[in-house]
Amino acid sequence: MKVLLNHPLREVEVKGPRRVREVLQELNLLPESVLVVRGDDLVTEDELLKDEDRIEIRPVISGG
Amino acid sequence: MRCRKCKGKAVLDVPRHHTAFCKACLTEFVCAQVERAISEERMFTKADRVLVAVSGGKDSLSLLDILGKLGYQADAFYVDLGIGEYSRQSKAKVERYTSARGISLHVHELKEDEGAGINDLADLVHRPTCSVCGTLKRYHFNRTAVEKGYSVLATGHNLDDEAARLLGNVLHWQTEYLEKQGPTLPDSVEGFAKKVKPLYRLAEREIAAYAVVNKIDYIVEECPNAQGAKMLLYKDILNRLESESPGTKQAFYWGFLTRQKTDEQARPSMAEHDRAVLRPCVTCGQPTTSEICSYCKLMARAQKNGPTPVGS
Ligand SMILES: [Zn+2]
Ligand SMILES: [Zn+2]
Repeated sequence: MKVLLNHPLREVEVKGPRRVREVLQELNLLPESVLVVRGDDLVTEDELLKDEDRIEIRPVISGG
Repeated sequence: MRCRKCKGKAVLDVPRHHTAFCKACLTEFVCAQVERAISEERMFTKADRVLVAVSGGKDSLSLLDILGKLGYQADAFYVDLGIGEYSRQSKAKVERYTSARGISLHVHELKEDEGAGINDLADLVHRPTCSVCGTLKRYHFNRTAVEKGYSVLATGHNLDDEAARLLGNVLHWQTEYLEKQGPTLPDSVEGFAKKVKPLYRLAEREIAAYAVVNKIDYIVEECPNAQGAKMLLYKDILNRLESESPGTKQAFYWGFLTRQKTDEQARPSMAEHDRAVLRPCVTCGQPTTSEICSYCKLMARAQKNGPTPVGS
């Protein structure tokens, strides 16, 4: 699947099917620091992502 | 995952409350937390005119959105720091959000009123950009709120912001800052606006989820000046602890607030203390602890060092 990451903006490929939780682990990201968006919707950690899915991992932490 | 309230499809798990919410129940949860913060900390009522300091980011735009949903009278205030593309984009988001909803927006342009953007000003006074930015924003937030007749100034600081700031202050034992870390600061003297943080009960992730679910178009990008790299480090550390044991952040910050309230009965109140130490700045009249306020000192220094006259 295609995974869009921010800060800096880039795209990486992760093999599906895979749970959101596993994708975050593989990318070494803390669930508390990000949201996962598929299309217009937020998906929870237990969601199964297909190989043809496209997701955005959005950081929620700002320095302000 | 299912919503704990209505059994619909969940969009966000909230481990610190052992729960998960669907879109509608998430919005309800967020609004209820803000309503609780406003009443418990005596922030304002529906009769007050509230000025919300907005940056174009998720927290401040969500705050404006939530206050509107809850029926409060809230207008917006944006400080254009003149940081190239970042400022252009964030300002456009703020303008789009407020004009679509008919919310009044006040804008302060640094380049027009101070004569230079934040990066040039920081260079002129030889101080870190983030600290100059903080001084300027605090000054204009207060001044605009007072001059335009708002009874309260609200900022989008959330639980993560406050917990990270508390960690930083405790690590360095900056006790004088600890006193000012509550979610409500009084309008103790003439010229001083009351300041409140209605999002202090909500984690940064919950607010971001609220923004996504409610289709609020906010700026995801970080300020290129990498505002407070230390803050990001403290937040990351707290989130590691939070992932291992959910509820750590709220136990830390809310626990601090509870202790502060108990202590308060033994000490003179913050308002009494403020009245004893604050007086009007001889240059601009804004309250300050010294003869000239830090904003006027900064601008005087910029003017002295500047190749062209700066400031008004
Ligand atoms: Zn629900
Ligand atoms: Zn002054």
